[in-house]
Amino acid sequence: MEHYISLFVKTIFIENIALSFFLGMCTFLAVSKKVDTAIGLGVAVVVVLGIAVPANQVIYQLVLAPGALDSVMGVTDPTQSIDLSFLSFITFIGVIAALVQILEMVLDKFFPALYQALGIFLPLITVNCAIFGAVSFMVAKNLTFGESVVYGIGSGVGWALAIVLLAGIREKMKYSDVPEGLKGLGITFITAGLMAFGFLSFGGISL
Amino acid sequence: MSDNSAKKVLTQPIVDNNPIALQVLGICSALAVTSSMANALVMTLAVVLVTAFSNLFISIIRNHIPSSVRIIVQMAIIASLVIVVDQVLKAFSYQLSKELSVFVGLIITNCIVMGRAEAFAMKEKPVVSFMDGIGNGLGYGVILMVVAFFRELFGFGTLFGKTVLPLVQNDGWYQANGLLVLPFSSFFIIGLVIWAIRQWKPEQVEKD
Repeated sequence: MEHYISLFVKTIFIENIALSFFLGMCTFLAVSKKVDTAIGLGVAVVVVLGIAVPANQVIYQLVLAPGALDSVMGVTDPTQSIDLSFLSFITFIGVIAALVQILEMVLDKFFPALYQALGIFLPLITVNCAIFGAVSFMVAKNLTFGESVVYGIGSGVGWALAIVLLAGIREKMKYSDVPEGLKGLGITFITAGLMAFGFLSFGGISL
Repeated sequence: MSDNSAKKVLTQPIVDNNPIALQVLGICSALAVTSSMANALVMTLAVVLVTAFSNLFISIIRNHIPSSVRIIVQMAIIASLVIVVDQVLKAFSYQLSKELSVFVGLIITNCIVMGRAEAFAMKEKPVVSFMDGIGNGLGYGVILMVVAFFRELFGFGTLFGKTVLPLVQNDGWYQANGLLVLPFSSFFIIGLVIWAIRQWKPEQVEKD
């Protein structure tokens, strides 16, 4: 249990997927104008990550990993071992795209206001590198199924936390006197850079 | 975008409608691969190719894609193209593919490719879409090269690996700026680049 908690805390703060790995930046910068929308998108990302990472973990372990299909296909000779890991990109993205499409239909049906607010950024969750990145890290770190659930939700929460924080800062920024050309996107970049600077200090914590 | 002449579609994304500076697309890799000019150049080429061809193919079959499964169709096309780019890089330039490996895979999730497919190629004719893909790839590349130029020059004192500013460690006079080696420094550089572009083209300034 302790292991899972420390993994959870680590993925949220020390290895924050938005501010330490810079994944999911497009939506991070574009949809952070209002705290409400940011929370909505944050929740959507937590849900997609929480499902996509474990789902891909299962598929990777059972089908794609080197040697995973050997017993099913009856291969005993190690030189003929089946290695489908070159297909992992397209499989992962397929699973993620399917999940997002389902989420889109559900939101359209039950939460039309949120669906309108997210606009083009909902299909873009598919290409939100946070999702694909977390799945790739899951493979690289060789996580077990339990760990992948924790990792998926943890990185989603970390991303949601970062985008809500940024949205909060941007709402306050309306009251500050920003140079004309820096308004909007420019100052957001610089704010996000300073936030990443701040999150760098979590790097000193060892769990 | 009322006028869709090929030239306009090709050149517009480079400054007027830049994918990074105005459309907020494709930022993740812009932060990560910009520590050296060589990486940025290869990344630019890869993104131009993938965006152009994915736009072309999606535009060709745009009338046959049911809108409820369009994302999956688009992703399948993009992912296949990226696997091709990845395999080609591995075959012809193994050293470089080692350096870029993760980020080549992340082109799949580069929002420029998907964003243009969704916003442009689903509506327009194949040739124009192809041009739009090249234009947006180049617009992305321009920013990438600018950021990489500053980070490599002032962070390591080199350009394309050649020494320009001799470092103090090597008996030169230039003290490298360690901040620029860290990935988040590109946030500041892109922020300043956006500022510069908007000073030059005031119509891009956002209204409150």
